[in-house]
Amino acid sequence: MPIRTPSQSMFRPVQPIDQSVLDENRKLIDEIDRRKILRGAVSLGALSMLTGCNVTDRNAVQSVLRAVSEWNDGVQAFLFNPNKLAPTYTEAQVLRPPRFNAYYGIEEVKPVDVASWKLELSGRIADKRPWSAQQMFDLPEQELIVRQICVEGWDYIGQWSGPNLKQFLERVGADLNAKYVMFRCADDYSGSIDMATALHPQTILATKYAKEPITDPFGFPLRLRTSTKLGFKNPKWITSIEVTNTYPGGYWEDRGFNWHSGL
Amino acid sequence: MSEVAIRVRSPSVRRMHPLAIRVMHWTNAVAMIIMIGSGWKIYNDEVLFGWLHFPEVITIGGEAQGALQWHFLGMWIFTLNLICYVIYGLVTGRFWRKLLPVWPHQVIADTRAALRFRLGHDDVTKYNAIQRTLYIGIILIMIVQIMSGLAIWKPVQFQEITALFYDFQGARLVHFIGMALIVLFLIVHVALALVVPKTLAAMVTGGPVLDEDQNRAKASADVSAENDDHRGG
Repeated sequence: MPIRTPSQSMFRPVQPIDQSVLDENRKLIDEIDRRKILRGAVSLGALSMLTGCNVTDRNAVQSVLRAVSEWNDGVQAFLFNPNKLAPTYTEAQVLRPPRFNAYYGIEEVKPVDVASWKLELSGRIADKRPWSAQQMFDLPEQELIVRQICVEGWDYIGQWSGPNLKQFLERVGADLNAKYVMFRCADDYSGSIDMATALHPQTILATKYAKEPITDPFGFPLRLRTSTKLGFKNPKWITSIEVTNTYPGGYWEDRGFNWHSGL
Repeated sequence: MSEVAIRVRSPSVRRMHPLAIRVMHWTNAVAMIIMIGSGWKIYNDEVLFGWLHFPEVITIGGEAQGALQWHFLGMWIFTLNLICYVIYGLVTGRFWRKLLPVWPHQVIADTRAALRFRLGHDDVTKYNAIQRTLYIGIILIMIVQIMSGLAIWKPVQFQEITALFYDFQGARLVHFIGMALIVLFLIVHVALALVVPKTLAAMVTGGPVLDEDQNRAKASADVSAENDDHRGG
């Protein structure tokens, strides 16, 4: 039955199509329909795999993703060359002030009281006596002008100085064969790195930015600055360092970001 | 019908798309969708172009960390599959058989024919010059995409690769452009496959049996003349 339209469309044939064509080509039409079903099955299957919703157990998909992320930790540890240095830059390229980032806004930063601030040491460390800010400032400084790269995709060149982490760990008698170094912070942030990265020559406990003491939003009085990890792996306002063989996780790591996150 | 079944099972009969090619093609399709969808979510966290945000509903992974997890899962499927494909193409000679040669005058002639809707698809087993150009192009883009991806993932360990793209942001830009070209290719590729549905069917079923010398010898030996007619048609 031809459908009546108010006006004849220019795309409509003047003569109706001979319906017997359908019967003559029934076999072909059926075959095309079968293909459509097949195509639909392929795309529906793919869709359910992608979204990880409903069709399969959501938790199963999550555990696969977590397992792959852990596998990627292993791959990154393998790719990490302890002697490979990050590119360094000139003072003219340094961004002043640096770009702020935290799990909250810059206006919510709570400055650390430097007089009462202490660096606590725990875990596989021989000398666990806490360090005052002045003691940290008195340690020999190393300067790094390196690129800071955020997991979000932005970057800048920063100029950081402070005691070398490997030298500090040696000084306090830390077990350098332990697996992890965990940092806890004044703002309840925390993060852990692998020992290989802790011992990298371009990993420092930064106390200065562009030769001036680090300002409050950027971690005064003490923050980590690795040249071989993403920005979020560099905790600010550090209050304690723990050396451990038990996987300690971290603020963003516990929320699904890749633990190693090496550059 | 029984004759057809026997021919499919016979290992010496080569189809247009051998099973390995079909598996790799659809694996790649899934991997590409994972990479594009999760990549859009990652992009949205720090856009390269202020005017461009991808709608959240067409992204994969939910939050940033989920998208990153999908991206770093998809990269293994995508990369390992591409390595297998390139090795397969080189070892079996498929690349030379199906993608080469590409002469500029053929590309121009076929483009003119296509624009007049006169580009024939009577023999889908032979790629025209436009197909060859696009398929070689997309393979090269995918390789560059892996390189720029490594440059973004490991700008210290693979700093030599990152330097090829000027710097970290250069690698991000190239990675974005690679994505855009792949999406463009996908749109054209899927549209043309739907216009010529037998090409789509061939990527599922394997397509026509190839008219090679060994097949012909085998056909004349033990397959009836009737089947030869089918093959020609």
